Amino acid sequence: MNLSINLIVNGVRRTVEFDDPRVTLLDLLRERLHLTGTKKGCDRGQCGACTVLVDGRRINSCLALAVSHDGADVLTIEGVAHGDELHPLQAAFIAHDGLQCGFCTPGQIMSAIGLLREGHAGDDPERVREGMSGNLCRCGAYAGITEAVLEAQRNLAKSNPATPDQERAA
Amino acid sequence: MKNFEYIRPATIADAIAAAAEPGAAYLAGGTNLLDLMKGGIRRPDRLVDVSRLPELNRIERLSGGAIRIGALVRNADLANDPDFATSYPAIAEALLSGASPQLRNAATVGGNLLQRTRCGYFYDPVSACNKRVPGSGCDARGGENRLHAVLGWSEACIATHPSDFCVPLVALDAVVEIEGPSGRRKVPVEALHRLPGDTPEHDSVLGPGDLIVALWLPKEAEGFAVHARYLKVRERTSFAFAVVSAAACLRIEQGTIWDARLALGGVAPKPWRAVAAEKILAGCVPGPAMFRRAAEAALADAKPSGDNGFKIELARRIIVRALTLAVAGTPERVAALPASPFSSVAGASRAS
Repeated sequence: MNLSINLIVNGVRRTVEFDDPRVTLLDLLRERLHLTGTKKGCDRGQCGACTVLVDGRRINSCLALAVSHDGADVLTIEGVAHGDELHPLQAAFIAHDGLQCGFCTPGQIMSAIGLLREGHAGDDPERVREGMSGNLCRCGAYAGITEAVLEAQRNLAKSNPATPDQERAA
Repeated sequence: MKNFEYIRPATIADAIAAAAEPGAAYLAGGTNLLDLMKGGIRRPDRLVDVSRLPELNRIERLSGGAIRIGALVRNADLANDPDFATSYPAIAEALLSGASPQLRNAATVGGNLLQRTRCGYFYDPVSACNKRVPGSGCDARGGENRLHAVLGWSEACIATHPSDFCVPLVALDAVVEIEGPSGRRKVPVEALHRLPGDTPEHDSVLGPGDLIVALWLPKEAEGFAVHARYLKVRERTSFAFAVVSAAACLRIEQGTIWDARLALGGVAPKPWRAVAAEKILAGCVPGPAMFRRAAEAALADAKPSGDNGFKIELARRIIVRALTLAVAGTPERVAALPASPFSSVAGASRAS
């Protein structure tokens, strides 16, 4: 079966040809586009390491067939910084020790970007923890992760007071 | 994962024709199907991708007051739709208590209705499972079964239905609109899922090619909006299936329950409507003794299918607590921990 899809990945238009409909969006990003920041943890939608934004929404890329996402706009961890300037969530994860081994971190950060865009958690730590429950961290850096998300939320609210819960366009 | 043919028809009619063939399966959000395919539990020859069919991703308020939800509306979008969440708060709370934010962003209304059991033996291709391989036996029956069904099970299958969403749906008389090879029809959610009997391989009454196109909630369902809760006991606070859950929806006027709706999750092979309990509650002044009587009636036919007798008393207590929370009133906003008994909402952690 000859399959070809067009994607916008981190703002760049990409055409990818492949011949196997089983290829997931995760495998396409890692194996075909060599964007290995997005991690394969459980590969079954349970750990969140593969989280990316598709058309602005966070999903598990391991449970998304690439062929079904022709035309999608995909944002991965490689696309969130502006040159040498870290995304506010990247900076906050460093400042608050929101990681130890770092394997889950790209998924954590993409999930947190999605969470802030959704705008339901605000500055409530309980809602942040619940909103990050799709991302496991086997090192147990949850306390730092929650603090990082809360700080990024506060900074973004300060820099964009008109829409306090909305993430800037990344 | 077994290889398959992938097709994406442009119309509902073409999709139905393609999916009516043996070995075909519909693909929408894929959150359950891809997981099952990766595990070798589902092995379709052909995937019919319906995720882009036009007009199935809308929430419509109809002139008579009913609401029609397209089958492709994502779980997160439905739960966060302000009009929907205000009108049917127990359904919104149930949706937000299920899965993870990433999964809710991808999973669809139609897919949630048709998700498969999470029985560990169903998921393990080397175990005997009548649901996965008809006639092969049931390793759950003599195995690890503390989370299995206490109502509606058979010797052939003791698995539970995993959906949170479906529990308030059966309580509120939701209806699915199905299009299939022989045309359109409507089936109450209550009648969509089957009890296992001797044929547990059939979860629902859908036939080959049948496609859920929409979900309907009748106008009356909105009458419970001010006293409607979903309560769910899990083995961890978030991102876990129900051990036992309950949807309790009441219409209270002048201190009396005029109408009651009650359904249970995690206890049966289908979302379990507790009609006998509803009849006891209707016309009564709400209170702990009355709630306990209703709970006893709801579990009257329950029996353990293994090491799960505890679920029967747990379900009774969850019913009493859910009714107590419903009487206290629907919170203005879904709790930070949706449906959690550990929520900081008053009354959540103790019934009285």
